[in-house]
Amino acid sequence: MTKYAFFLGCIAPLRYPGLEAATKRVMQHFNIELLDLNGASCCPAPGVFGSFDLWNWLVVAARNLSLGESLNADLTTICNGCYATLQEAWHILKEDPSKRRRVNEVLSKINRNYNAKTGIKHIIEVFANDIGIDKIKSSVEKSLEGLKVAVHYGCHFLKPRKIRGHGSSEKPHILEDIVTALGAEPVHYKEKLLCCGAGGGVRAGNLDAALEITARKLASVKEAGADCILNPCSFCHFQFDRGQVELRERKGIEFNIPVIHLVQLVGLAMGIDPKSLGLYENEIPPTYLDKLGLR
Amino acid sequence: MDSTKPLIKIDEETSDFIAEILEKGAQIFPKEELERILTCIQCGTCYGSCPSGRITAYHVRVIMRKAQLGLKEEVLKDENLWNCTTCYTCQERCPREVETTDTIRLIRNMAFEAGYVKKPHLIVSRNFIETGHSIPLRDEDKEKRKRVGVSEIPPTTLTYPEALKEVQTLVEATGFKEKVLKLLEEG
Repeated sequence: MTKYAFFLGCIAPLRYPGLEAATKRVMQHFNIELLDLNGASCCPAPGVFGSFDLWNWLVVAARNLSLGESLNADLTTICNGCYATLQEAWHILKEDPSKRRRVNEVLSKINRNYNAKTGIKHIIEVFANDIGIDKIKSSVEKSLEGLKVAVHYGCHFLKPRKIRGHGSSEKPHILEDIVTALGAEPVHYKEKLLCCGAGGGVRAGNLDAALEITARKLASVKEAGADCILNPCSFCHFQFDRGQVELRERKGIEFNIPVIHLVQLVGLAMGIDPKSLGLYENEIPPTYLDKLGLR
Repeated sequence: MDSTKPLIKIDEETSDFIAEILEKGAQIFPKEELERILTCIQCGTCYGSCPSGRITAYHVRVIMRKAQLGLKEEVLKDENLWNCTTCYTCQERCPREVETTDTIRLIRNMAFEAGYVKKPHLIVSRNFIETGHSIPLRDEDKEKRKRVGVSEIPPTTLTYPEALKEVQTLVEATGFKEKVLKLLEEG
């Protein structure tokens, strides 16, 4: 049985626990064992803590990775931010023994050690490589036919390419492949590759700028006539969902575009109850369920 | 022309800031990759690709040039430095393979250290130091957790005090805690 240690991060467990619940249910459905990563902390966030103090960022990331190593398991995550930090730290410490030595000197203060023997996989990789598109397709119990999905990759699953290694960041297709396998239709929209606006500490430090980017993206989604915006990242999910409330309150702009995480969309197609996937926990109601006859 | 050859020569007049970026950066990233900043030709592909650049005065191209010219204070104190979402589009598209986004992160590290920092970022940092997470767990979040059928408190540093202690030992050992507390005190 394939197993992973589930790295929660901050946004999913503390703001959108429906994403955590959906991940557990969907992974169970596919017989992937998810271990609790007891005692994990913030990854720490790549554009926030990485912007404040990269040395501290690397050391704390190494501790989180070391927790997986002591369970002899790769981590998996549903957040591009956590993925960015932990995948990059894994890469740095795997490639450079002298940096690993320096980091381990600090980790020795808490009796831990990280040898870069285990690392992290994004949940997209679990779907694409461990489960596989064919298996996803043949496991569909509730076809999502007729559902128009605007796919959002987020920035840090794909970039920087030379570290992530998932191919083109200008013409990615893995999410469209999964959406299609579920019976839904990925719609083309102009701002597909645009950032959600939240990263790099911009959401905390300059909310108006973050929202302006979000609004640009959402307007493009609306124009394409999508029923929802799909994301593979808790932080993008947060920005799109909560951001729509902020756009309404601060700017009087109304979008009402439902936001759905990849694990939730897969869960729906696997016939899992919408409530237990956390679909009703968003600010923007899941109106696409009507179209699917699920409400 | 050899495109790998730096267009700017590091010398005493122009290089202090760049030298500092390279020295600090080499602790984390491969130095030869960071040195690509010396080959910047000011083409503006970075600025043209930047989601923040079209709505704020955050201009990657200008920061790269000012760094080459050694204008450290001017770069560090400009609040626009904090408008980068770290989307990496500029870094991916740079025809000279300059590590723009990672260079911005390094420059921000220097700004943070020099006290050019935003209050909300200090609050996020304090949260992290106190709880191990960047944001707090509120009562309404606990209710939400119960509704979707996961444990009321996640199995992280919030459940395990000894794990939180470990994180706190690390942030002390790296000097991060001291930096944040000092900045918070200075208001």
